[in-house]
Amino acid sequence: METKLTAKDFSSNLPVKWCPGCGDFAILNMVQKTLAGMGLPHEKYAVISGIGCSSRLPYYVNTYGFHSIHGRAAAVASGVKLANPDLAVWVITGDGDGLSIGGNHMMHAIRRNIGLKIVLFNNRIYALTKGQASPTTQPGTKTKSTPAGSIDYPFNPARFAVGLDCTFVARGIDNDIPGTSAILERAARHNGTTFVEILQKCVPFSDKEFDPIKDPATREDVLLRVEHGKPLVFGKNKDKGIVFRNFRPEILAFSGAVPPEVAVYDETNAEMAYLISGFTQPEFPVPLGVLLSTSKPAFEDLYYAQVEAIGNTKEQELETLLAGPDAWEIK
Amino acid sequence: MSEPRSDKNVNVSELSSVTVRFAGDSGDGIQLVGTQFANATAVAGNDLSTLPDYPAEIRAPAGSLAGVSGFQISFGDDSVLTPGNKPNVLMVMNPAALAVNLNNLDKGSVILANSDAFSQAALAKAGYTSNPLEDGSLDNYRVIGVPANTLTENALKESGLSQAQVLKCKNFYLLGILFWMYGLPLGPTKDRIKSKFAKTPELAAANARVLEAGYDYAETTEILDARFQLKKSPVAPGKYRNLTGNEAAAYALITAARLLKKKLFYGSYPITPASEILHTLSKHRSRDVVVFQAEDEIAAMCATVGAAFGGELAATGTSGPGLSLKTEAIGLGVIAELPMVIIDVQRGGPSTGLPTKTEQSDLLQAVYGRHGECPLVVMAAASPADCFNTTLEAARIAVKYMTPVIVLSNSYLSNGSEPFRIPKLSELPRFQVSPLPAPEDFKPFMRDPQTLARPWAWPGLKGYEHRIGGLEKADGSGAISYEPANHDRMTALRAEKVARVAKEIPPTKVNGEAEGELLVLGWGSTYGAITSAVAKARSAGLKVSSAHIRHIFPLPPDLETVMLRFGKVLVPEENTGQLATLLRSEYLLAPLGLNKVQGQPLNADEVLAKIKEVLGGN
Repeated sequence: METKLTAKDFSSNLPVKWCPGCGDFAILNMVQKTLAGMGLPHEKYAVISGIGCSSRLPYYVNTYGFHSIHGRAAAVASGVKLANPDLAVWVITGDGDGLSIGGNHMMHAIRRNIGLKIVLFNNRIYALTKGQASPTTQPGTKTKSTPAGSIDYPFNPARFAVGLDCTFVARGIDNDIPGTSAILERAARHNGTTFVEILQKCVPFSDKEFDPIKDPATREDVLLRVEHGKPLVFGKNKDKGIVFRNFRPEILAFSGAVPPEVAVYDETNAEMAYLISGFTQPEFPVPLGVLLSTSKPAFEDLYYAQVEAIGNTKEQELETLLAGPDAWEIK
Repeated sequence: MSEPRSDKNVNVSELSSVTVRFAGDSGDGIQLVGTQFANATAVAGNDLSTLPDYPAEIRAPAGSLAGVSGFQISFGDDSVLTPGNKPNVLMVMNPAALAVNLNNLDKGSVILANSDAFSQAALAKAGYTSNPLEDGSLDNYRVIGVPANTLTENALKESGLSQAQVLKCKNFYLLGILFWMYGLPLGPTKDRIKSKFAKTPELAAANARVLEAGYDYAETTEILDARFQLKKSPVAPGKYRNLTGNEAAAYALITAARLLKKKLFYGSYPITPASEILHTLSKHRSRDVVVFQAEDEIAAMCATVGAAFGGELAATGTSGPGLSLKTEAIGLGVIAELPMVIIDVQRGGPSTGLPTKTEQSDLLQAVYGRHGECPLVVMAAASPADCFNTTLEAARIAVKYMTPVIVLSNSYLSNGSEPFRIPKLSELPRFQVSPLPAPEDFKPFMRDPQTLARPWAWPGLKGYEHRIGGLEKADGSGAISYEPANHDRMTALRAEKVARVAKEIPPTKVNGEAEGELLVLGWGSTYGAITSAVAKARSAGLKVSSAHIRHIFPLPPDLETVMLRFGKVLVPEENTGQLATLLRSEYLLAPLGLNKVQGQPLNADEVLAKIKEVLGGN
């Protein structure tokens, strides 16, 4: 319908102020590329963020953007989307913003299945405030607020979203451009709430956090790339598979052909998604990819369908509406 | 109104106004019969004012003092300004209702009681050791005991309804007696009952039958020796309906959106006493009236900010505790310079406080209760119907100046009702939004030279894509700026913009002489009590005038001059002196206070007593 847009068209040309080497640069490029690929003009996008390093992103995207307050991006975005259901509304948040101070709004946005494209940058640290433990900081991690090591049990963001019956849940990582780009593109086309967790390193405060799952020498033994309809196989030599025994997942080592008892991933199966998204190191490989994709009407669709069915008060004369059924006339 | 049918030879007195209080258990249908009575008096051409009084518990134990629910109405020929002070007639459904209300009743008043409800057990629950209807303790009142249970059962003998259903109708029996006392026509109310109970026609018929039976009972028995005829009110011609303050605010928001040709977005979280705004708007949901029940107060405010960013007329409603939760997001609305209306239906605080009772104690929170230098517009409604005008004006100012506006209502206004003249579209104010420049000339924080409003460009408009947020903006361009002088300038610009709203404020109206010994200066829900008290004081020869302000921040530009024309200024408030504090800080003037923090409205007698005290003499 119009000239093809590129990632560059979606850059606001402002100097990007993240630390050199930050994983956010890669995510920004992927988001810009995804928006460009949707065939929607700039003005149809609203990119809403909270507070944190990740939440700077809207300034760098040449669309409508709103850098709101800490934790509230999903709530602000819900107002934007419900009032203007034709807009593509993206929510940019982080582990602290989206799951700590903003946990309630995150939970309820997902519960409603409102059409927000939520991208949660998970660096497992409060970076903008210079290094305190976040709700995804791993146990034992020493931070400025946990000098003896964190004793909080962490959230697993993807599993949190699966547990809430989010209709689209995926996990990507900042250095996996093709995989994460594919996830974002699918999220962009999904109807309803999408929740994409992107593992992302923070150079000053969690630089080594994801080294084992990024190092080309080791990563294939600790990553599980899930794909709908494909067996759950991992390992450098593709010689390990996931099997379920009495609903418990186990790792089965094999050689040669994939044994039939290795589970085949079904992204429409919420129970399977719950079990797989719960995988953490060191017991299990870390799953990446689209974990859950189901379909149910989005909140805004239900809302506008319901008001159409109720009847259209907008065409009612204002004076008739104000009068109601019980008015009387004084002459 | 049609002449009441009566063949009985009784003493008919002409009254100018009267106050009736209905009281009973929460489950006795007190609000229902109160509302029916109010509608009947309104249709008969009376001016009126009502006030429901709910217990905090939805259903406290039956017959207990804590479970007493009340509904008070004043009506008559003068412009009725308050739901009255002390009732002339008290209708009680049980002993607890009598016990709770007796101390607010003047000797000689009428007590209409359901005598069937005065059983030993019920008397004991209310703390009575003997039956006050019989033991002579009420000799100074005109007690009318009516065995309403028995008489209702007789009236519905043939109805085929269950015993429980029959007894539910007993409130209409006593209502019928009141209709007779005040010569109210039964027809319109029977029609209303029919539509109210449309889904259960058998109950509609039963209630109408019992209403009529009560009326006929009064007509034929000897226990009633007096009835009253009210002179007609001189009410302006037009189409009227009865509206509570909350309904009025809701309709004002719908009206504002229509005038602006935008959607209304109302984001809210349930809270007493503001929820009826949510309910009223939910009834009128459409493509253009979008109602969002958020997960919490903060989300309600944030979604409202989001909808304002999205280019719609955005509003939220809450009460004091909710306003506290919303403050950070209101600050975002202030720095992002987006238009929105925030209705605070005040209740007794702090904390959960007195959730169903009235107060005026959020004024300073509304004016000052945010971090940073964070000015916004604060207005206050004076009566239930004025909630319409004030909310509409708040929306007009919000979009003209691109600012959040807080409207202060309170429990008394939100639940109280009065006749509201339905305005014609042509009578309503015009809404003005600064026009957008061409896209190439657009900067998000450029300003209209008159109002200082920034342009409102919303997602969907091609060529105006921009980013805003909570970080300080560079004047004009709207780019993030940490430059010291810029922050100073933007702080001043935000303050100046709100200060310019003073240009929208009409001259302060003084009731009485423009100068004199005493000015009684009020705001919000005390309007009726102050105006009535000052009228009485003036007819007693006292040199006193009154003024009532709608604009709390900024204050009316002529207010200081008006105050200085009087020897003394008295500010009656349902708080410990919040407007007085604001006036002191703005003008270095020290008004006197009349302060009541009891969860109950100030009444005219209290204001009158204070006027007399201040002016000396009796």
